[in-house]
Amino acid sequence: MLEVLHSLLFSTLDAAPALVFATLGAMLSERAGVVSVGVEGMMRTGAFCAAVAALAMPTPLAVLVGMVAGAGLAAVHGFLSIRWRSDQVVSGMALNLVAMAGGTFLLESLFGPNGTPAITQLSRWNVPTLAHVPLLGALVGHAAPTYLALLLPVLFHVLLTRTPLGLRLRAVGDKPHAVATLGLSVSGLRWAAVLGGGLMAGLGGAVLSTAVLDRFEQHTPAGLGFMALAAMVFGRWTPLGAFAAALFFAFGNALRIGLASSAPWLLELVPQGFLLALPYLLTLLVLALQGQRGHAPAALGTPYEQESR
Amino acid sequence: MSLEDASLDIVPGELLAVVGENGAGKSSLMNVLYGLYHPDAGTFLMDGKPVRLKSPRDAIARGIGMVHQHFMLVPTLTVAENVVLGREPTRRGLLDLDRACDEVAATAKRFGFQLDPRARVDTLTVGSQQKVEIVKALHRGAQVLILDEPTAVLTPQESDELAQVMRGLVQQGRTVVLISHKLKEVLGVADRVAVMRRGRTVAEVRASETTVSALASLMVGEGSRGAALTGVPVTSGADTALTGAVAPDAGTVSTGPIVLDAKDLRAKGDNGRPALQGVSLTVHAGEIVGIAGVDGNGQRELAEVLTGLRVLEGGAGTLLGGPLAGLTPAKAKARGVGHVPEDRLARAVVKAMTVEENVALGRHRQPPFARGPWVDFKGRRERTNQLLATYDVRPPDPTVALQALSGGNQQKVVVARELDADPKLLVVVQPTRGLDIGAVAQVHARLREAKARGAGVVMVSLDLEEVLALSDRVYVLYEGRVTGHFPRKDLDERELGRRMLGAEPDHG
Repeated sequence: MLEVLHSLLFSTLDAAPALVFATLGAMLSERAGVVSVGVEGMMRTGAFCAAVAALAMPTPLAVLVGMVAGAGLAAVHGFLSIRWRSDQVVSGMALNLVAMAGGTFLLESLFGPNGTPAITQLSRWNVPTLAHVPLLGALVGHAAPTYLALLLPVLFHVLLTRTPLGLRLRAVGDKPHAVATLGLSVSGLRWAAVLGGGLMAGLGGAVLSTAVLDRFEQHTPAGLGFMALAAMVFGRWTPLGAFAAALFFAFGNALRIGLASSAPWLLELVPQGFLLALPYLLTLLVLALQGQRGHAPAALGTPYEQESR
Repeated sequence: MSLEDASLDIVPGELLAVVGENGAGKSSLMNVLYGLYHPDAGTFLMDGKPVRLKSPRDAIARGIGMVHQHFMLVPTLTVAENVVLGREPTRRGLLDLDRACDEVAATAKRFGFQLDPRARVDTLTVGSQQKVEIVKALHRGAQVLILDEPTAVLTPQESDELAQVMRGLVQQGRTVVLISHKLKEVLGVADRVAVMRRGRTVAEVRASETTVSALASLMVGEGSRGAALTGVPVTSGADTALTGAVAPDAGTVSTGPIVLDAKDLRAKGDNGRPALQGVSLTVHAGEIVGIAGVDGNGQRELAEVLTGLRVLEGGAGTLLGGPLAGLTPAKAKARGVGHVPEDRLARAVVKAMTVEENVALGRHRQPPFARGPWVDFKGRRERTNQLLATYDVRPPDPTVALQALSGGNQQKVVVARELDADPKLLVVVQPTRGLDIGAVAQVHARLREAKARGAGVVMVSLDLEEVLALSDRVYVLYEGRVTGHFPRKDLDERELGRRMLGAEPDHG
């Protein structure tokens, strides 16, 4: 039993970072009032660019390239939704489709349909003496992103609730006109949040191809970006809530892998496809149970126009 | 933008009022002074030197503060957070909320406001929120404070308090610019009055040397534009609309048959909290029943219950011969309920459709709008033309999109449509919000007409003057309960105001 728990905890912590980063990124953008449906596309862009970059440079540097790439796609979203005030959901979905098709096209034309060549994974932090201690051992042996995923939610929490910038971001998501009448720049704040969100989503994608796998695969990130949106809603647009929700979904994922390996008889009862769908079913279930979206920032999705009140 | 050749002098240490009809350019001019809008031409001098305000930041830096008509507060933040937003005190890079609260409390105390810096803004009354706005400006060192229509949402008591606040600020050497269209109130508090009309400043007078009617005619323009347009003499329209004088009503209070008899109505608001907590009221044919109250005390929900738009959770009633429970908008319409909703663009019209299509909405299956299963284009055009002429809608063109009309003319179309159906019970909510004097007078005249024809009218209005001017009886709602019920002869502005704040009736 302990072994099962140990391995569940280990694989939860291994799978969580990508989802945590993407959820924090989406939350940052949405707290400032810009819908972040495009997070899936930003993750894919980050994952692809990081994997390609890792062929030519050290993997940690490649992760940074992935982050910048995610922010690059976010910049397109910012340009459409802040500068041109277009519909933010449509803009985000369009970016998802572009990233989907563009990723496939570049992958097939550069490397063939089976993914990029293998790259060096981010190194894992092994403490041999601890590794075999039950449960506690599950905390070691992960790559750096796992520990970053434990740290960043706290930093985001401090940023949003304890700093002037956080106060302004929250204000601009709830009532941009109030921010504008105080002489602050609505678009400046929103740009910062959207680009920051893009960096985080790019990081989430980069982690997928440099820590979870060792290459960019055809289907990366396979809907993880949408799961991040669900986690953001489930976490009520707060950093710590988002973290808890992302962990919960990662646990669902770990549960699937754990069930398949530790209880093979289950596969005879439950079709494999059903198990594969487990995390997504959890997502649906959680959203259905949570119901109303009463915690969303008030001005979410509304382009700011100075002369409208 | 709606300014052409507007000029304004502001003298330090005075209370200047700027008056004008809706759309006369008052708010636009103030937004220019505050750096939110940028003028195409013209100069702006401060202390004799030309100044360019690129953004509110510049205006704030030069000591100009503004309290907007629609409050610029973030409802989910606390009072202190709202006040310090943009110039937050920090300690080692982190927000120092304790210091913020102390600073805000100090500013509030200096100017004699009672405010809890740690209260969330959305828990405050409208009057307190306004104080937060004023403190916000003063906290930034405003020497000139612009208040845009500050009393539109206040009870008479809160308005009195605000007047004292404004006088107090002037005594402390600050300059106050008050935008308003309530002339009586303006004359009670201002030193000087500037009158705007169609984007121009047309007059500047000392408050002590003018009268309400003189100002009113300056506002609408000399001559009889109002009379010519509306068919209602300007003076009487202006009087009721502007001064709230309880005009002696020609028609005696008739008590026709009961059209609505409701007991102990209960309903939930949009937020799921109880909005109506036992409201009982009766409405007779041939009377206007006013529903007074501060915004958000259940008026909207009451109107929605009566028109079938909101589910009744408890209580019972009879509406035009049928039960009130289980009412749907279709049933309400079939029984003869007319509805002029608060937000016409959301609930009354389709703005992209033409005027005649909007007139036919809801009755599009009946003659003269339809013949059998087909649209009767000719009949619809004729009826629309008739209505546009009768109600003086401008332009009188049935084929333009409704959104091309001004707000006042859109409202006339809605009122025309609802009254044309000859309702037995008419539910109107804020029927004249945002309309200019001419349109206000006309809508009022139409409501009186409907009453004379024998309709029962339920009128929800946040504008106490409107309630006083039109109602035969008034119910006051406070937190979803009726806290006062007055026949016309007992109407008293002060007492209504007290009940609107939830005060108990005086004993003895």
